[in-house]
Amino acid sequence: MTREQAKALIDERFSSAQVDGDAPTSAEATASRPIVVTLPVDQWTAFAQFAKTTLGCRFFSFSSAVDWKEQGLEVVARIDNLDDGVGVMMKARLGPGVSACPSLVPVFRGAEWMERECYDMFGIQFEGHPDLRRMLLSDDWQGHPLLKSYAVDTPHPPYR
Amino acid sequence: MLDTAKTSKVEFDYSGGERLTMNMGPQHPSAHGVFRAILTLEGETIVGVDAVIGYLHRCHEKLSETLTYAQYPSIASKTDYVAAMTSELAYVMAAEQIGKIEVPKRAQYLRVIMAELQRVASHLLWLGTWCMDMGGALGGGATVFLYCIRERELILDLFESLVGARLLYGFYQVGGTRYDIPDGWAQKCRETINLIDARIGEYESLLEDNPFFLARAQGVGVISRELAEDVGIAGPLLRGSGVNFDLRRAAPYSSYEDFTFNVPVETGGDCFARYRVRMVEFRESIAIVRQALDRLPDGAISSRPGLKSVAQIRIPKGEAYARVEGPRGEVGCYLIADGSAKPYRMKWRGASFSNLAVLPHIIPGHKIADVVAIMGSVDPVFGEVDR
Amino acid sequence: MEIKPPVPQIPAPIWRNIKDLQEWEQTHQRRPEGDKHSQLFESVTEGIHSFPGGFVVTTVADAFLNWARKSSVWPVTFGLACCAIEMMATFASRFDVERLGMVPWASPRHSDLMVVSGTVTIKMAPMLERIYDQMPDPKWAVSMGSCANSGGPFRHGYHVVKGVDRVIPVDVYVPGCPPPPESLLNGLLLLQDQIAHFRKTGRRALPNPKVD
Repeated sequence: MTREQAKALIDERFSSAQVDGDAPTSAEATASRPIVVTLPVDQWTAFAQFAKTTLGCRFFSFSSAVDWKEQGLEVVARIDNLDDGVGVMMKARLGPGVSACPSLVPVFRGAEWMERECYDMFGIQFEGHPDLRRMLLSDDWQGHPLLKSYAVDTPHPPYR
Repeated sequence: MLDTAKTSKVEFDYSGGERLTMNMGPQHPSAHGVFRAILTLEGETIVGVDAVIGYLHRCHEKLSETLTYAQYPSIASKTDYVAAMTSELAYVMAAEQIGKIEVPKRAQYLRVIMAELQRVASHLLWLGTWCMDMGGALGGGATVFLYCIRERELILDLFESLVGARLLYGFYQVGGTRYDIPDGWAQKCRETINLIDARIGEYESLLEDNPFFLARAQGVGVISRELAEDVGIAGPLLRGSGVNFDLRRAAPYSSYEDFTFNVPVETGGDCFARYRVRMVEFRESIAIVRQALDRLPDGAISSRPGLKSVAQIRIPKGEAYARVEGPRGEVGCYLIADGSAKPYRMKWRGASFSNLAVLPHIIPGHKIADVVAIMGSVDPVFGEVDR
Repeated sequence: MEIKPPVPQIPAPIWRNIKDLQEWEQTHQRRPEGDKHSQLFESVTEGIHSFPGGFVVTTVADAFLNWARKSSVWPVTFGLACCAIEMMATFASRFDVERLGMVPWASPRHSDLMVVSGTVTIKMAPMLERIYDQMPDPKWAVSMGSCANSGGPFRHGYHVVKGVDRVIPVDVYVPGCPPPPESLLNGLLLLQDQIAHFRKTGRRALPNPKVD
């Protein structure tokens, strides 16, 4: 399964996905670049399932989110095919004001903790996550720190 | 009154009955850092574990948006503080990938030497603390701990003469490294690694001839290959479960393709397999350092020399995910730059975070004493977990 | 049978009863005068000291008890972050602290000293206070590293306590990031000098500019 074969399979199966939208951004060898796939949100889990079964990407690297201020949030995930060295970076823009996203936990068990951290930091509710609660901050913490509207030195009396 | 003629053996049936919730709190003697595991016990066997982390959440990702590319590498060391240069390397490589900044060959070889020395130092600390956990701090466990710290101090001396700091450095910068090796350093380095190479054999024989060590490590904490890939663990845990994946081979960075080394893979999946993987990694790292010292090219150490800590490097718009094979696995830095001197978003893919996520799947079924052995062989560093 | 993971019981934040930061800081600046020892012992010591010539007895007792206390300070292993690795290096072969009588001990109930090594976060602060409260008197605290002194490089973070002295009273501050074992040993020897200044078997003396 080479990078080109994987791209062809993605193109034929998910026509609404944008594969490798921009020009190469890295100086590393072309073959080891990840395939960057920008998807609509409702195909998030379906694409992950497809990548795991058809493309052989069984290694779940990470999943996170980015806060683009007015344009809303974007969820990012990276999965790898260890045997062939093909990496897929999945991205999906949630619209402005939207903070719900389907969960990858039914497909990859490693998404459990990563999505809990996303919820903790960004407030994204993952539908289908078995146990969505805060991961790194206390359960009674107010606010979601990594949003751009949260100041880095927000006081928290009495310790600060 | 108990009729001893009929009831000669008293049996307790625990199944579905008494369950005890026990807290293995953030401060405990198995010296791994601030980790809290809420264990649900049935007798001595664990049936459920809830891992609570976040006691060391130091807001790395939010702080990186306020620090420039020249200021952050010193802070990046504090994620994986046992092998600090690994995390710095991930951040600096991500910035270089976006900015298409070339790194001179000498700097790449220096980076390789430092990364492999860090791997040896980190594995020495792992071995010492793991054996101390399993043997007790004041009992026999401190033996291997003190031996390994003695060796680790020799490597830290090398770093001190190079950078000035023992544990957390600001050695890398975008474009290369900050310092060059002083005179006599290469000779000292060769002597040190020869010494360590000889002593590792002693520790191996010390441990593997000990039936208690074997009983506590073999068959404990088996991670199947499928679980390993599903959860996303990497490093010696993955290679101990039979997956032949090493980033230095699969996606070589910083001139790793110039060196010949073996990648150890074991199929056992238990603590003993991970121990064997790390012991072989010691020797392979030492071999890489020898090769790099022999072939160290001359030249510049940075393509942007004279970069002081307040200098502003502007990285153009773009994003990159740079991965580094750290002693614990794949340390990654997902960086989104927006053209200014500070990143827009930076996400640490901490190796220990993903490694710890496997604990709730493998611990149930073991006894409490095995939790200590498994935690030690997973080797978490909580700077990476909590960031 | 389905096993549901237990909900973590993080102790309730103690700041709920306190109105604001100023009130909290006032409660924390009132440091105990001496140690919590018995009134009888204290009155007997006062009596001996006020007796003409009795100061000889108390001075000799001070010297002996202070020597005993400072020569066997047992630290509780409270490593939080990177400084913990340097603390472990201090306790290990090259920079041995056992020659000073310090045996690192995991249980706070049997230890005298808490070396806070590493960043104190808001989630960890109640635990730290709880462990400090579990230590019996006389107890000392050494703040190791810049994170414990003042928040360190993470001072501007939302989850970081700006120094452990907002949580517990600290006797010695050791600067560094991380302080090399030589610095920590210096700090521990300074602590021993402070202990040697207990007067009338338990009252902490005011800082002496000649020594401290």
